[in-house]
Amino acid sequence: MRIKTISRSVDEFTRERSQDLQRVFHNFDPSLRPMEKAVEYQRALTAAKLEKIFARPFVGAMDGHRDGISCMAKNPNYLKGIFSASMDGDIRLWDIATRRTVCQFPGHLGAVRGLTVSTDGNVLVSCGTDCNVRLWSVPRPSLEDSDLSSEKSTEPSAVYTCKNALLAVDHQFEGDLFATAGAQLDIWNHNRSQPVQSFTSGSHSVISVRFNPGEPDILATSSGDNHISIYDIRMSSAARKILMRTKTNSIAWNPMEPMNFTAANEDGNCYSFDGRKNEEAKCVHKDHVSAVMDIDFSPTGREFVTGSYDRSVRIFPYNGGHSREIYHTKRMQRVFCVKYSSDATYVISGSDDTNLRLWKAKASEQLGVILPREQKKHEYNEAVKNRYKHLPEIKRIVRHRHLPKPIYKAKAESRAMNDAKRRKDDRRKAHSAPGTVVTESHRTRRIIKEVE
Amino acid sequence: MEVALEDNSLMDKVLPPDEQEIDVELEAKEKKYLRGEGANLETLKDKKLKTQLASREKLYGKSAKAAAKIEKWLLPASAGYLETDGLEKTWRVKQTDIAKEVDILSSRNQYDIVLPDFGPYKLDFTASGRHMLAGGRKGHLALVDMMSMNLIKEIQVRETVRDVAFLHNDQFFAAAQKKYSYIYARDGTELHCLKERGPVARLRFLKNHFLLASVNKIGQLHYQDVTYGDMVASIRTGKGRTDVMEVNPYNGVVALGHSGGTVTMWKPTSQAPLVQMQCHPGPVSSLAFHPNGHLMATSGKERKLKIWDLRKFEEVLGDSSGDYSRYMSHSMVKGYQIEKVMFRPYEDVLGIGHSMGWSSVLIPGSGEPNFDSWVANPFETTKQRREKEVHLLLDKLPPETIMLDPSKIGAMRPSRRKERLTRGEIEAEKEVAVEAAKGVELKKKTKGRNKPSKRTKKKKELVENAKRTFPEQENSAAGKKRRIGEDAAAELPACLKRFARKN
Repeated sequence: MRIKTISRSVDEFTRERSQDLQRVFHNFDPSLRPMEKAVEYQRALTAAKLEKIFARPFVGAMDGHRDGISCMAKNPNYLKGIFSASMDGDIRLWDIATRRTVCQFPGHLGAVRGLTVSTDGNVLVSCGTDCNVRLWSVPRPSLEDSDLSSEKSTEPSAVYTCKNALLAVDHQFEGDLFATAGAQLDIWNHNRSQPVQSFTSGSHSVISVRFNPGEPDILATSSGDNHISIYDIRMSSAARKILMRTKTNSIAWNPMEPMNFTAANEDGNCYSFDGRKNEEAKCVHKDHVSAVMDIDFSPTGREFVTGSYDRSVRIFPYNGGHSREIYHTKRMQRVFCVKYSSDATYVISGSDDTNLRLWKAKASEQLGVILPREQKKHEYNEAVKNRYKHLPEIKRIVRHRHLPKPIYKAKAESRAMNDAKRRKDDRRKAHSAPGTVVTESHRTRRIIKEVE
Repeated sequence: MEVALEDNSLMDKVLPPDEQEIDVELEAKEKKYLRGEGANLETLKDKKLKTQLASREKLYGKSAKAAAKIEKWLLPASAGYLETDGLEKTWRVKQTDIAKEVDILSSRNQYDIVLPDFGPYKLDFTASGRHMLAGGRKGHLALVDMMSMNLIKEIQVRETVRDVAFLHNDQFFAAAQKKYSYIYARDGTELHCLKERGPVARLRFLKNHFLLASVNKIGQLHYQDVTYGDMVASIRTGKGRTDVMEVNPYNGVVALGHSGGTVTMWKPTSQAPLVQMQCHPGPVSSLAFHPNGHLMATSGKERKLKIWDLRKFEEVLGDSSGDYSRYMSHSMVKGYQIEKVMFRPYEDVLGIGHSMGWSSVLIPGSGEPNFDSWVANPFETTKQRREKEVHLLLDKLPPETIMLDPSKIGAMRPSRRKERLTRGEIEAEKEVAVEAAKGVELKKKTKGRNKPSKRTKKKKELVENAKRTFPEQENSAAGKKRRIGEDAAAELPACLKRFARKN
């Protein structure tokens, strides 16, 4: 006869000394945990509610400019600094941590339309409606700057003039060329006072320009006659051209997938394209009710932030059709430029009311040093909420956002209009011979044609 | 480099024979951790969702494999067993024989406590099995720490005590006394008097929901949330007095056994029972649930013990299949009447409360050998107990989650838009309603006027009413002439289909 019973000795299951950690034993058997799914659902509900309680995205505003902000630039080498330029020619370098101006770059006479920083962080290039391109040397951040009672101002290291007003500028990655957009697309070198190369196409001006982060010789531009063109500077003409129905205000390349770019369009949508295949958009991101003015990708390549003429800033997932988050304030007027900070934590928006605003990218994120157990708990909450986020109770809480009244009404109106249009199209289709009426997919609807 | 990687993957697939056996064992364990089958992704049309769900299913598979391996290799203890060789039967093995074979720690768990003055004892254990509450009929309440066999507190309430129950941990317990029930703290202070329930016959605590359920002498079920004291439900069962009540740990439903032989199952959000089963020809004397929630054992006063499958609500044919047979037996001293038997959690011990005190016997194999510290920790410190209380409160489930099949929680219900019924279906429904109306038997009144003509009139009215709920038939009959016939409807082009009669 063989008999064995459970006998637990206390010292095996408790700690030896008071300095030791308490012993923890695991048994993952589901039969020990009755109603585990219900408990998990309850935790998801609590997590969703807590997320809403802790959602405080607005960190602060940077006040100082005297006119609406027209453009911003990130310094790739220095996380804390951001350059901003306003419509009266005032360029400032801000320290984001203290939200104060470190340095001013006066000199432009009219509105500054484009700002960019070279990849090594030493040269700031600005261009404006006074037909000038100015190169400034960026002051090195040092410990002396921490007591900021003096706002320094510097002289430009070079000023180049051209014939027409300039509308945008962008710097090549890991190179020393930069491109300006105006009546035509010009490629400049830091040391030459004349452009090294010029691309002319049609009679319309080029509105925005952006270099590809992966391929330093490729850049994308958008022009006033609703074209998006992709140029290779080693060739003499455009590599690809897409004609849309409305003009594109800004383009951003995905830093993690450099063949894809997203275009912020005047009709309120953002179109993600594959640079190699332009017949249809990869994804249409629809949520803004008015023109999208600026777009910037997160360094993770998974999200991008857009600022729109409808006074809101939205964050979209790179492959999703609707925004994950919307930020708005009563005081923030038309948003003209947005930047996603290089550590993927903050979003900076520059708007018409002369302020730069700093927002958290994840509204309920806890900033500062987080203990590992806290971090794990946050991750668990996130995971369990995502598991049940499609169920009605939790979906209602997770999706809920307060929209300003004009946007809410505009959205309701556009929804009604789209529904009516779709109903009419369905009926038209039903009453015509099969095959005569073809519905266009959203991805191709706004593209007129592709020109090689 | 690439060749070496290929070799490794080959080696994984071709295992030596003994490892292949273990593989089968691991697969069986894996199934348990998968918790059911994966979703059918073929029916999805959304490609993005499909890839996302497919990668999730893969992840579940991996985690189930890892959990199965942990169970096989990393668990500290193994289950107890009693194996006899040859012709010796397990139920002939006496407790004294067992005591000789096991170690000292286990033999300390066999004892008899004789307290003849205070009447038959009821027992309750906390979830971790560390503390026990004994309540004697004549008013003796004792809280014992089982690991050190320490008497923490004993009080004499000087009233009849019919049942005792721990709340969520050993700090609080409830006793059903003569007129009302009371909640006491660990040091014996009376905290609450639960007057609303009346004289309670049985008390049970639902752990996940923090509900104290009780059935009283009139046969009313009460559910009270002990976190804020609200009476969640008072249900009149309508079946009379009973003192057989058990909670199904799998789904939180309360089952009552009645004197007519029926077992009814209740949830706090409805006034009618979920299930009514006729289990025995005579009164039901007691009930017990299997922790996995699929099996229920009932015993009746006709000296029969039956085991039921709760998924089909049928009796499991025990004796013929040989699955359920006698395992062990223990004869009590003559004259002791057994009041309550309860297995101690996480130990191979059975606690018996009887008329002369309580006893504890060893049943090898009856306890879960490996506890999880986050679920129930018999070696809890004060800090851990306090943290656990807070976590339990955060995870408290609302009473609406009590249902027969708790796997429905968190599952998506397929959305069905109500389609307009076809004419044939409406006809069928109408027939059914008319038949039902005709089948209703009107009471034959003996007092007062009871003319046959009046009876037929009343019956006709009932049938008319049944027909009146289907008005569309009259309307469509009126528009019959203008509508195209049903046969031609199939041949119509798409644009004209809306003029055809809906079929």
